[in-house]
Amino acid sequence: MTMVRIPPVLRAQAGDSKQVEAAGDTVGALLEDLVGRHPGLREQLLDDDGGLHRFVNVYLNGQDVRYMDGLATAVREADTLIILPAMAGGA
Amino acid sequence: MSASPSLLDAIGQTPLVEVSRFCPNPAVRLLVKLEGANPTGSVKDRVARYLVEDLERSGRLKEDSVILEPSSGNTGISLAMLCRLRGWPLTVVMPANVTRERRQMLDIYGARIIESPGDTGSNGAVEMARALLATDARYVMPDQYANPANPLAHYETTGPEIIAACPEIDVFVAGLGTGGTLMGAGRRLREHNPALRVYAAEPMPGEMLQGLRSLDEGFVPEIFDPSAIDGRFLVTTAESITALRRLTATEGIFAGVSAGGVLVVASRIAEQMASGTIVALLADGGWKYLSEDVWSRDLEDEAVESLNLW
Repeated sequence: MTMVRIPPVLRAQAGDSKQVEAAGDTVGALLEDLVGRHPGLREQLLDDDGGLHRFVNVYLNGQDVRYMDGLATAVREADTLIILPAMAGGA
Repeated sequence: MSASPSLLDAIGQTPLVEVSRFCPNPAVRLLVKLEGANPTGSVKDRVARYLVEDLERSGRLKEDSVILEPSSGNTGISLAMLCRLRGWPLTVVMPANVTRERRQMLDIYGARIIESPGDTGSNGAVEMARALLATDARYVMPDQYANPANPLAHYETTGPEIIAACPEIDVFVAGLGTGGTLMGAGRRLREHNPALRVYAAEPMPGEMLQGLRSLDEGFVPEIFDPSAIDGRFLVTTAESITALRRLTATEGIFAGVSAGGVLVVASRIAEQMASGTIVALLADGGWKYLSEDVWSRDLEDEAVESLNLW
């Protein structure tokens, strides 16, 4: 199982948990497992085509998976996945 | 060096300094561009100049206009300096939880401050400023998050300065706020070296800084094209400050907290490279963070993650 950190804005759909565990050997499989356990997260995280929602960023060990292999990015159990809403940065 | 006709002409031409004692890989050269050397102490002087000149050229500013802009501090301070020189009144929408020095500097320059809720961070400031714009016809918003003049400032000044000082650049690292630096300097540097890679550092938002009500309030700056960079990394405040302290200790450089975050990413990339040259842009100096005891506070204390320091 891999640790997944849930941002405050999505916790209501994830049993009010700050972090949850999910299984999968890719980011996509892991997110499928996650939304299987917490169905309310599906439409928040994924778009109609099964891709990542435009306003959701997913980081594997701190690196945005969109710049790795996207949903096909390989995941190990020791990794940490962080889900965050896209937000304006300081400027 | 010749005299500057005005402070505007003193913007840019910032130092590029090699930091070999800080760099974790001796086979890689790491250089930092010290944007704290700009007149108000940040990279945003470049942007503010382009934003105001864009407004003036476009004819959007009338005699009774008030410039209105959301900012977590640096852009507001730069605009405030510019507005002093050009004579425009300025209102800055700024999150309530930014460091004291940012408010002080805006006061010194005579800008009006409207506070947005701290827990919604820059998102809340952008939202409030865009709503205010519709309430008063005198307001004119440069809108750094959406205005192409922002990346253009970096395309025409930051990028060429880096190329002139370091034509051998392989990797460029900068912080992600509006995306202006990454887009503008990145595009110019890639024209110089098509194999160049561009990486973004972004702050991990603390629990107390994520007051979004729904994902639909999510925000991607209009000027930011995600496909124009090669990678993006989250950095915690504690990691950023740790790197910042090490930079001060090893190289004597006094920079702001986002500079620490940029250096965490630059170090991560350096460790993966066999050889090559990295340029990291350090957006501001350390002065505006003194009140938060950034160089001495306990980083084990999780409260540090809920400070608004970028």
